[in-house]
Amino acid sequence: MNDSKKDLENKLYTVKYNPDSESHLTPVPESCANCRSKACTFVCPAGVYEWDEENNRLIVNYEDCLECGACRIACEDKSLSWVYPKGTKGVTFKQG
Amino acid sequence: MIEENIEKKDQNHVDVIVVGGGPAGISCAITLARAGKDVVLIERGKFSGSKNVFGGAIYAQPTREIFPNFEKEAPIERKNIEHKYALLGEDDSTVISYKKRHEDPVSYTVIRAKFDRWMAQEAKKEGVVIVEETVVRELIVENECVVGVRTELEDYYCNIVVLADGVNSLLAKQIGLRGDIEPEDVAVSVKEVIKLDKEKINDRFLINDDEGCIYELFGGPMLGMLGLGFIYTNENSISIGLGITLNELVERKIKPYEILDKVKSHPTIAPLIKDGEVIEYSAHLIPEGGFKKVPILYGAGVMVCGDAAMFVNNLHWEGTNLAMISGKLAGETAIIALGREDYSENTLAKYQEKLEESFIMKDLRTYRDLMDVMHDKSEDFLGYYPKKINSFFEMFTSVNGIPKKDLYWKFIKSIFKDRGLSALFSDFTSIIKLLWSILR
Ligand SMILES: Cc1cc2nc3c(=O)[nH]c(=O)nc-3n(C[C@H](O)[C@H](O)[C@H](O)COP(=O)(O)OP(=O)(O)OC[C@H]3O[C@@H](n4cnc5c(N)ncnc54)[C@H](O)[C@@H]3O)c2cc1C
Ligand code: SF4
Ligand code: SF4
Repeated sequence: MNDSKKDLENKLYTVKYNPDSESHLTPVPESCANCRSKACTFVCPAGVYEWDEENNRLIVNYEDCLECGACRIACEDKSLSWVYPKGTKGVTFKQG
Repeated sequence: MIEENIEKKDQNHVDVIVVGGGPAGISCAITLARAGKDVVLIERGKFSGSKNVFGGAIYAQPTREIFPNFEKEAPIERKNIEHKYALLGEDDSTVISYKKRHEDPVSYTVIRAKFDRWMAQEAKKEGVVIVEETVVRELIVENECVVGVRTELEDYYCNIVVLADGVNSLLAKQIGLRGDIEPEDVAVSVKEVIKLDKEKINDRFLINDDEGCIYELFGGPMLGMLGLGFIYTNENSISIGLGITLNELVERKIKPYEILDKVKSHPTIAPLIKDGEVIEYSAHLIPEGGFKKVPILYGAGVMVCGDAAMFVNNLHWEGTNLAMISGKLAGETAIIALGREDYSENTLAKYQEKLEESFIMKDLRTYRDLMDVMHDKSEDFLGYYPKKINSFFEMFTSVNGIPKKDLYWKFIKSIFKDRGLSALFSDFTSIIKLLWSILR
């Protein structure tokens, strides 16, 4: 694991989550396969998205989502379907 | 079945539903409750503040307008007495500081998870019904008029819905009050709260127990980018973070937290946070579109306030105050409409009038050209010039046996050499045009 990824993991350890059993982030596989920028894989402050070269698909670690909305706006062809997690789920900031 | 529906509609009917329990929503709801109206506030988080992130400082005067006693009763961290502007070079910096121990503080640092929660409790005491852990999924529209909200569990009906659902406002988009947000209209911000002993904070920032110091950070790893960093002092912790315009991240393919880590290790910043323990990492968007990107602010049965309406003055890190006051104005407008039993666009247009008369639209209008110029010139104004200011001071403070006059001429020549006359002229005219647009 590279340093940057490790550093991010340490940051995310400090966050309180109550993850849902299903994802609130739903990319469209065909859009992602054709997407040139893969913008979501670097703008996301929680590193939720990773491009899986081998299988030509987007991995979505939705449990880490901080619910900021950046990926939705950055998505190259606005195909990413993005909703808030259910009321009882997702992130709870204790400081904010 | 139809009868059942009507009955349900009656049971679940109130005067006003406010979506979003941030400063905008709470200020709106409390204004209505104080006037004796039935108001329900729906918040998706476990409690108000649990999904919210800011720098930050709240401003005393506008907060007093909603909560006259907040200075005695609310969970406040420190009162800010100093503002520092740090131009970070690659490894050097120039810092300008303004310090005043005001009798009447201008701003206080707060922790949103505590402060928003306190505001919500105050609203509850005044009669606002607060529904937490509930997401409004869509607005219910009948005959082109908003008549209620649909949550995961239930439909609620009302005369007016106030959207205070923050920067992403999916609901304003649903009913066409605005289109898609573009990447140049928001900044992605990342932040860390770093635990540090009170005494250490006081010593490092040269402040007393209840006093706070704000840093605004330009340049450093953000040199040439449309981005700004901040440090705020809390009672026993420090908040450090930054916001970078989303299109910069997309174009440069950079990760926001990597930039934050670089800011934290800059030689000017590192000693301030040394040996601190990160107790929370967070992220949030800041609306930065300004005046030109303000959405349609009202429609039949609906008004939009706070971040959902792009009400942020990013140059001054002002947002909570615009949120509170726009919420209050939406509340006052709703009171008029309820009095007339008229929730049409015509009546709710009063909200826009009130906003135009307030500092909110006036300030947004003042800075209407700022973001255009900054997008155009970020490489220069946030890259070249900050570097040059630092190299001026490097030259000015150097002692190296070279005659001072030679140093000065070398510095002046370097500007003409790296910028060229036409670039300098274009920078100069952009600044004059911008200043004129602000002052006229
Ligand atoms: C990094 C950063 C630093 C900042 N620094 C400062 C500062 O120092 N001073 C300052 O004054 N301002 C600052 N701001 C701006 C300020 O935080 C915002 O302008 C302010 O919080 C806006 O208030 P609001 O009530 O409109 O929205 P928010 O505070 O975002 O509240 C919106 C609420 O709506 C809820 N919600 C959203 N959608 C739904 C839904 N569908 N159903 C139910 N609930 C929903 C959310 O959970 C949230 O509680 C900063 C912002 C950021 C990101
Ligand atoms: S930016 Fe959008 S289309 Fe591209 S990979 Fe990410 S989710 Fe898929
Ligand atoms: S909402 Fe923010 S934190 Fe969540 S996946 Fe998108 S960019 Fe990442």
